[in-house]
Amino acid sequence: MDNGVKNIILVGVGGQGIILASEVLSEVALAAGYDVRKSEVHGMAQRGGSVSSHVRIGKEVKSPLIEKGKADIMLAFEKVEGLRSCDYLADGATIIMNDAEIIPPTVSLGMGEYPRNVPERLRDMGFKLIPVPARDLAKQAGTAKAANVVLLATMASLLDIDQDLWIQVVKRRVPKKFIDVNMEAFRLGYEASKA
Amino acid sequence: MPATKKMMTGDEAVARGAWEAGVRVAAAYPGTPSTEVLENIALYDEIYAEWSPNEKVALEVAGNAAIAGVRAIAAMKHVGLNVAADPLMTLSYTGIGRGLVIVCADDPGMHSSQNEQDNRYYGKFAKIPMFEPVNSQEALDMTRKAFEISEEYDTPVLIRLTTRVCHGKSPVTLGERIEVETKEFERNTAKYVMIPGHARKRHVFVEERSIRLKELSETIEYNRIIKGSSDVGIITSGIASQYTIEVMPDANFLILGMTNPLPEKKIRDFAKGFGKVFIVEELEPYLEEHVRMFGVEAVGKEVLPRCGELNPEIIRKGLTGEEFASPRVPEDIPIPMRPPVLCPGCPHRGFFHIARKNKLFVTGDIGCYTLSVLPPLAMMDTCICMGASISGAIGFAKAFEDQPGKKVIAALGDSTFMHSGLTGLMDTVYNKANVITCVLDNRTTAMTGHQEHPGTGFTIKGEPTHKVDIAEVAKALGVEHVYEVDPYDLEETDRVMKTCLDVVGPCVIVVKRACALKVRDADFALSVIKQDKCKKCGNCLTIGCPAIIKKGDVYLIDRGMCYGCGICRQVCPFDAIEAIEDVQ
Repeated sequence: MDNGVKNIILVGVGGQGIILASEVLSEVALAAGYDVRKSEVHGMAQRGGSVSSHVRIGKEVKSPLIEKGKADIMLAFEKVEGLRSCDYLADGATIIMNDAEIIPPTVSLGMGEYPRNVPERLRDMGFKLIPVPARDLAKQAGTAKAANVVLLATMASLLDIDQDLWIQVVKRRVPKKFIDVNMEAFRLGYEASKA
Repeated sequence: MPATKKMMTGDEAVARGAWEAGVRVAAAYPGTPSTEVLENIALYDEIYAEWSPNEKVALEVAGNAAIAGVRAIAAMKHVGLNVAADPLMTLSYTGIGRGLVIVCADDPGMHSSQNEQDNRYYGKFAKIPMFEPVNSQEALDMTRKAFEISEEYDTPVLIRLTTRVCHGKSPVTLGERIEVETKEFERNTAKYVMIPGHARKRHVFVEERSIRLKELSETIEYNRIIKGSSDVGIITSGIASQYTIEVMPDANFLILGMTNPLPEKKIRDFAKGFGKVFIVEELEPYLEEHVRMFGVEAVGKEVLPRCGELNPEIIRKGLTGEEFASPRVPEDIPIPMRPPVLCPGCPHRGFFHIARKNKLFVTGDIGCYTLSVLPPLAMMDTCICMGASISGAIGFAKAFEDQPGKKVIAALGDSTFMHSGLTGLMDTVYNKANVITCVLDNRTTAMTGHQEHPGTGFTIKGEPTHKVDIAEVAKALGVEHVYEVDPYDLEETDRVMKTCLDVVGPCVIVVKRACALKVRDADFALSVIKQDKCKKCGNCLTIGCPAIIKKGDVYLIDRGMCYGCGICRQVCPFDAIEAIEDVQ
């Protein structure tokens, strides 16, 4: 915590649904009566670049950026992106990590190496790591495309905000014909942190 | 019952503020981080909104609408204001009939720009009032207020934002729209026609106006003091103020929201309580230099950087010396870079592969195709500003005159061509330059998010309209050798390129293929690498397609990412890449 403010950082690769997740999170927090600030960097996301979004929730929040070493929770949609931004995390913070590995072109071209055993290495650094096989759980719910809702739900389970608010906002944000699938994806993701 | 709050970006909030203020005309050219201002304004039926070919046109459209009697707004990024600077400087002299607001979005840290110039100097240079919102609520409130001030003081007003305010979200309380009666336009040549005799008198008016604006700055609510418990005094503005409030919660703050003119008296009175004041601002020591000029001892760039954006940890280090212990990741763990790349199926890939094959020098321009500078394509020699490709190629060709082995081509996109390519192309004909202009026509303004432009055939509101034909424009300008090629057809593109390289004189190649992100449901056959034929030569990797992956020593194509452009199939010297007919 940081002066009573909860700091959540969301990271991943363009196209995975990070921005949508941070939108839902900030809308839910606002609906729950908190002051919220959110930052994101647009533009490079569609071209396969790294994406990150900071969401800060509290009674009074000013900065949209989390200070390094002060994030309470990281929602990592992809493994190496989680590693890349771990300096933002407070000691012993919680990382919810999707099991996706998206190989950057620099690696395919031989200009870099994809790190191995990312979750274990992050545990060695003192972080609490919750692995989530989001794609598998989403498929169980009905479609791999709901993976971002699964991850969102795992994060929701760690925050002190009424589950109903989350469900209301998610329902508003997903296409109507896929509400049931996304509700199931949400349920599975919510339970994942307890596993 | 509390008023409804909504999470909004700074850009959305400016758009909302313009709508609430009764704006009737809005014009802009896309540019990160300002693009969403006009995109959101266009959602309101009451406002005429246009993508102009460039920012100069946009400000001339909005500025003259304001002169003719309706509230108007123009939006652009920082380098865009360079393009609009000509009308800006003289609109300051003419003033307006109804309010005119110019929204300028700077990009400290250059998240997607070619420089990080500090456009606060434009407010001062043009002698117009300037406001800097710290969050989205202020962005909305200041936009509304700016129209009132514009009319009260007969001046354009500059609202200056930066990326973290434009694209950051914070809660906003929404208001209602006021309808503003059109002000009847009557001929007033002394005010609006700036021949020297008239302009001399208007300059005197501008100086008198500056004095009155200085008085406003002393009392306006946006320049506010937050008292703290410590003995530290900080003067700050913009998003940096928000970081600093959290890093130094006990300090005393003077937050400046109106930063031209600056409130000299307020600054001196604030500083009296402290031996020296800290100045926390991004980029240039704009505030710092003024504060010193007012006789106050200030510490700013001595402890904070001029390059890059600020953030809480940089400010903490500068003001307190405390440094965050980083990096935490042990050295033995590799963290590969993930830069943005050309998408699978991008037409630019085929074109730059052929340019590379012909060993050409490329004067480039601004758009997605600028990414071709990165390895493995690595095919761009200059990129300076919008339109510099064609005129730059003329300069290069002249310099290379005695070196016949060196050939230069200009490469720019269709939107860039509309923006500022025509004058350069005209110069290649008029002054007989040996330059091949390649217009990469992917039928959209791609990098900023697929906006329309005069060559797409649609307005911002989706209405069909005349579509500029680039090849016809080239012919009309007098270019005799004009070709159109499909960059998915490498052989044809190469043939045309070689034909043009043999011509002495200007050529134009219109490289036509729609952006892969715009045509998502294209029916192309995907590609697959046949492992029994693959000789592992690595040639396919040299086109830099993210769908082609090397795992160990096996070359694969990610079927989920493959677009089916077929460029890799043409590049493999062993015909080991084939089209798959049935797609799962």
